[in-house]
Amino acid sequence: MADLRCDFLGIKSPNPFWLASAPTTDRETNVVRAFKAGWGGVVWKTLGEDPHIVNVNGPRYGAIHVADRQLVGFNNIELISDRPLGVNLQEIKKVKREWPDRAMVVSLMVPVREESWKAIVPLVEETGADGIELNFGCPHGMSERGMGAAIGQDPEYIENIARWCKQSTRMPVIVKLTPNITDIRHPARAAQKGGADAVSLINTINSIMGIDLDTMSPDPSTDGKGSHGGYCGPAVKPVALNMVAEIARDPETASLPVSAIGGIGTWRDAAEFITLGAGTVQVCTAAMVYGFKIIEEMLDGLNTWMDGKGYSRIGDFRGAAIKNIVDWQYLNMNYVVKARIDQEKCIKCGRCHIVCEDASHQAISIEKNGHRYFDIKDEECVGCNLCASICPVEGCIEMVQMTEGNDPRTGKPIVAEYANWTTHPNNPNAVME
Amino acid sequence: MVNSSTATGISTGRLSADEYERNFGDLHPALNAHQANVEAARCYFCFDAPCVTACPTGIDIPMFIRQITTGNTTGSARTIYAQNIMGGMCARVCPTETLCEQACVRNGGEDKPVKIGFLQRYATDAYMDTGRHPFQRAGATGKKIAVAGGGPAGLSCAHRLASLGHSVTVFEAREKSGGLNEYGIAAYKATDNFAQKEIDFILSIGGIEVKNGMALGGGRDLDTLREEFDAVFLGLGQGGTNDLRLDGKDLDGVINAIDYIAELRQAPDLSGLPVGRRIVVIGGGMTAIDIAVQTKLLGAEDVTIVYRRGQAQMKASRYEQELAQTRGVNIIHWARPAELISDGNGVRAIRFEYTSPDGDGNLVETGESFELAADMVFKAIGQVFLAEALAGSEAPELVDGRIAVDADRKTSLPDVWAGGDCIDGGDDLTVAAVEDGKAAAMSIDRYLNSAAA
Repeated sequence: MADLRCDFLGIKSPNPFWLASAPTTDRETNVVRAFKAGWGGVVWKTLGEDPHIVNVNGPRYGAIHVADRQLVGFNNIELISDRPLGVNLQEIKKVKREWPDRAMVVSLMVPVREESWKAIVPLVEETGADGIELNFGCPHGMSERGMGAAIGQDPEYIENIARWCKQSTRMPVIVKLTPNITDIRHPARAAQKGGADAVSLINTINSIMGIDLDTMSPDPSTDGKGSHGGYCGPAVKPVALNMVAEIARDPETASLPVSAIGGIGTWRDAAEFITLGAGTVQVCTAAMVYGFKIIEEMLDGLNTWMDGKGYSRIGDFRGAAIKNIVDWQYLNMNYVVKARIDQEKCIKCGRCHIVCEDASHQAISIEKNGHRYFDIKDEECVGCNLCASICPVEGCIEMVQMTEGNDPRTGKPIVAEYANWTTHPNNPNAVME
Repeated sequence: MVNSSTATGISTGRLSADEYERNFGDLHPALNAHQANVEAARCYFCFDAPCVTACPTGIDIPMFIRQITTGNTTGSARTIYAQNIMGGMCARVCPTETLCEQACVRNGGEDKPVKIGFLQRYATDAYMDTGRHPFQRAGATGKKIAVAGGGPAGLSCAHRLASLGHSVTVFEAREKSGGLNEYGIAAYKATDNFAQKEIDFILSIGGIEVKNGMALGGGRDLDTLREEFDAVFLGLGQGGTNDLRLDGKDLDGVINAIDYIAELRQAPDLSGLPVGRRIVVIGGGMTAIDIAVQTKLLGAEDVTIVYRRGQAQMKASRYEQELAQTRGVNIIHWARPAELISDGNGVRAIRFEYTSPDGDGNLVETGESFELAADMVFKAIGQVFLAEALAGSEAPELVDGRIAVDADRKTSLPDVWAGGDCIDGGDDLTVAAVEDGKAAAMSIDRYLNSAAA
């Protein structure tokens, strides 16, 4: 069995799976249940100043479903902890004492005043918590009050607050970033400049989940009105992967530790973020959809995969995919693939044909000897992957590389050498070698 | 006092009221919204979908299922009705396992087709509940068409013609319209008087007058109709049955299955319907299955279907055969009736000879035989078209005893079309009859719009 233990900024946890700051980590009951289930750590639901905030007394969540009501996207308009600060601190202290091997990070959000931050951080430190996460991410409710994502959208604020916190505690400081910006590298650099030990990302994305066509009210609806909320769940994972990769690829922040968040629901999702350099992963939506028990699959799946690959510890594959993420201009223009349909697996739904007809290059034929039979016309196939993407049978259509002869589409010979856009003759700015 | 299944001879009231209700309730309860959504989500929305090709009426199945997934059941029903105005009945009675669902590509992936029939019923039931009609008639054309026979073919034809603006008169011999939908379909497939409700729905488009109790002949023969109307559609069905060709075929207790089923369908109280303790059914088609299952459900103790050939040759689908078997019906293959045995009052038993195919596929008797005790022997060996209905008029050409038609369901007479079970090549399926009627109506419309009319 692989060793899944993690040491992130000196915060130790038996595995990299933490529960993100959310309703799942709102109180002692939930957190203890999570630890019993096997979660490696938690980021306690965001604490604010007293008097504590209040939530709406109605729907806080909205969902996007696909077939069979599988939830792929989720949003919320819940705010930070709606319980008194003292109650939370007391519970944090108790739980940490009872579960010393689990990571206990506390999420914080107070107004942009040095004294506010410098007042609350020592209170957290007193609980014995392992670290703090500065919530600069929540896009709803608190951001309109000048907190949450409002901070995460301003690098100067990020840097200052990170610095105030570092000055007030021995605990590691993690800055949680909002994705509601154009370039994630700027807030990440600011956090680093302010002395933050790590960043965590992504927080949720601004969203309205839908409109009720009878009442004309957005979803979720409070008495007929709705407010934008934070989008999360499987659908946001690609956004998160990209932002985590951007930070890893940026020379300025390449060494900045990252706790990855965003649509992680399985061991595979987690492993993917770790290959982009994540030190730990944080999960929320999946646990809200299925309960804490999913941790068993995540642990077992990651372990089994690592054993199969010969990785004995997380560090063995952390960051392994970063080098393969490049700008478009460095993609190999001499790499030629053609779609291949496995006729044994093909169920003859014909979707590959019609999407290639309607949306690509008319490269899939529909019959052979008078029978329904779908096959690739290599002379038309550009290898775009649309057919494989929409095929309902996994593994039925694969993209196979051509390594010799001529590409039947272009008539040009297959060249083994790498060549990219920077030297391509069609590029007006091509660099002549 | 309830007579039990084991009461000897032929008896009424073998079951309790609850048992009758349970036995003759809906064979497949309708899907609820959740079930329909789960099932509809399984459809892949195939290109040139094989299920559509397999549907005799060519319903755009992927489209109507997609409409269910988007909560557009009204549009879904409209998609169905556009091709098949009897989409509700077909959802109940179509052998989907040999039509659309057999063609479903999900069979290739997981051996489990999308439940197209159930989804069709979901959409059409929802629409029927609205009490509306999905189509509006085109402007009146002033053309008049006679439809002889108010079964699925005739009603389908009448509806399409009416929607195109023509005036239609349907002449139906029986008291109620609907043909086999009303008199022939197994009771548990069309519960709650569905056949009549569907007819009301079809007729609500307007422009169709139905005259019941009016058979072809007796003063209103085909020649008269051709004089009085601009075109005629014949949907006469098959009024006769094949002969058993055995001594004793007229014994009491030797019954045409279709007659008994018609009686059952019209019975106001099933407990008043006499049924034997031991039943033997001769035949291998849907009628054989329907009579066997229904007599079993009426409380018969032993019901046996005997078919002269093997399982694979039975016209009833495997699904239907299994339905009968799970209801407790025994099916014996490779045997044909040889002798009806009387006890002086009626049939007491029937002797069968075992058969086997010779090298040419013909049946030969093996020389072995067996006897089954029977209070009732049902003949389910096929129906025939009664050409007498056309007597006295210039008649269309027949082929193999049925009316010959071309691809447009046009007969050899220039102004006469035909469809349903009475035509050569007819498929003995409600859905095929609906398509015949629709195709004929389109052809009639073209004819009426051309100079010829």
